[in-house]
Amino acid sequence: MSSNLTCILKSHLRAATAAAALLLATGAQAADLNALIWCDHADPALLQPFEEANGVKVNVKEFEGTGAGLAIVEQSQPGDWDVMVIDSIDIPRGVEKGLFEPLPEDKLPVADLFPEVKMDGSTVVGGKRYGITEKFGYNTIGYNKTKVDPADMQSMAALTGDKYKGKIAIYDYYLPVIGMAALAIGKKTAELTEADLPAIKAELLKMKANAKLVGEVTASQTALATGEVDILVGGGEWVTAGLAKENPALDFSIPKEGAVLWSQSLAMFKDSENKDMALKFIQYIMSPEGQARLATSSCYWGMPANSKAALTDDQKKILRFDEQPGFLARAQSYPAPNADLDKKMQDVWTEMLQAQ
Amino acid sequence: MGVTANNSRALPWALVTPALGWTLLFFVLPFLAMGLSSLTAHEGGSFTLANYSQFLTDPSYWRAMVNSLEVTAIVTVISVLLAYPFAWILAEQVPERWQRLALMLAVLPFWTSYVVRSYSWLLVLSQNGVINRALTNLGLVAEPLQLANTRFATVTGFVHFFVMLLTLTIFANLKQLSPSYRKAAADLGAGPVRTFLHVVLPLTLPGIMVGAFLTFVLCIGDYITPQILGGNNELLMPQLVMMQIGRRGDFPLASALSIILMAVVTVAYLACARWLKIERA
Repeated sequence: MSSNLTCILKSHLRAATAAAALLLATGAQAADLNALIWCDHADPALLQPFEEANGVKVNVKEFEGTGAGLAIVEQSQPGDWDVMVIDSIDIPRGVEKGLFEPLPEDKLPVADLFPEVKMDGSTVVGGKRYGITEKFGYNTIGYNKTKVDPADMQSMAALTGDKYKGKIAIYDYYLPVIGMAALAIGKKTAELTEADLPAIKAELLKMKANAKLVGEVTASQTALATGEVDILVGGGEWVTAGLAKENPALDFSIPKEGAVLWSQSLAMFKDSENKDMALKFIQYIMSPEGQARLATSSCYWGMPANSKAALTDDQKKILRFDEQPGFLARAQSYPAPNADLDKKMQDVWTEMLQAQ
Repeated sequence: MGVTANNSRALPWALVTPALGWTLLFFVLPFLAMGLSSLTAHEGGSFTLANYSQFLTDPSYWRAMVNSLEVTAIVTVISVLLAYPFAWILAEQVPERWQRLALMLAVLPFWTSYVVRSYSWLLVLSQNGVINRALTNLGLVAEPLQLANTRFATVTGFVHFFVMLLTLTIFANLKQLSPSYRKAAADLGAGPVRTFLHVVLPLTLPGIMVGAFLTFVLCIGDYITPQILGGNNELLMPQLVMMQIGRRGDFPLASALSIILMAVVTVAYLACARWLKIERA
């Protein structure tokens, strides 16, 4: 009975918040394409060519974290959103909630993707493709090569030794950095269990003891760029490549222990009322031109998933395009815990942040 | 006659209905929704008290509350100590015709974006910032001090903002104070210090408490300043709340933590209610 009451109340509250969400929508019209995105997709240099070619306005809403993104969808009316950018490992969460539409593989350049980033374990559910990887990179060691010895950056031991104490920042996102801590103690990121958490926590605490700050994207990027710190744990091309012209001293390494491979995907909403345009958008983003623009977005750079991306030689050099086969061979998958382990990992992260 | 009496009873209700409706729609209903959410499990949605017990049993969670209370108390005390003399100078020493300009200058920090202001402090306090450069160039320190990404930085950012707020409330209180109180005290033989301690200060306590309460409420619920200036070297309650939402979307736990935060604010209100004078209504 109380459960029914709860459901009814929740239903009414959802309806009310959905109405509010509609009011707040960025002037959306039926012919528009409405996209839930990360900041790299908000770059006009990426969106304008698509809008002009198709006579459509792309309304974008940025979100941080899959949980926040899915909450926006749940509080909206079915059909409000057409496409979504999402962590590749989280596509099954959207599929479980019945949000996504299978994508037509024959109309997408799946064969041109770097094989290691297809992520079929996450992007294909029940034999159907629900997401396509569009961009990837590494959570590894970002550093200023004029301030640290690049040879030291070939081992994660440098992160917990005394040599760089107080010169280190940690990227504030628990999954990739927990993945790095796991690599540092010789664990495979795909096989992490609750039993591994005490050792991972001990490694994280050692990193924290050496760190000046634990910062989100902007804070950690700023700290490295301004010389506040010389090393960023969890950094990679997504931090250094975009700043390469202003600060060529910034670089990243894939240490001997390996790195954590991150990847983001595009998915289409099942209830989209504009599926043809949504597919065109996904096709555009996955095209060689779209991939080059996405890879070099003003918000952050990253490797294009499509190996045929139309990058210039300079851009390829900055992204270390030709070194990717070696990097991919040494990288390990992004931790993809179930809900219970995810909670425990976040609690370990909270303990690390609170440690003095 | 009866119609007039009915009208006179209906008019006050008609006047307060918009405010009541607003409060119901944008405070009571969301608060109920949050309370309901806090009593459900993240997975499955069944009834549970686990979200509250997590806060009580996990030291890293209640540490966030301790951190929040410590930072808020430090900010409030420092802000009051800085704002009172500032407000007193404005009210008593600055000529009446310049007071408006002086007040406008005092609230200038409010005109800039909160986020921009916090990032500006980060630049000022950073290793290569103005303060560290001045200290090292003057030979006062050999190595730059770690000022940014610390609790000190968070407190500095907060105090910069809240001193202005407290100045306004105390200034308003000082201006309302009739000069005859001081004259009477002087007639009775009290010197300036005694007059201040026994007459002016007690009479301006409501202004201090209103400002201090607003500082407490705004400070303990603020996410931006500790996130930008604190360097995540310790977590405060708003950061802990946001953490539950980002990736996992754990709204029930975030709701429970928010309710606990609201309970603390309510206790602070009850402690200050005597001076906030709400009971007069």
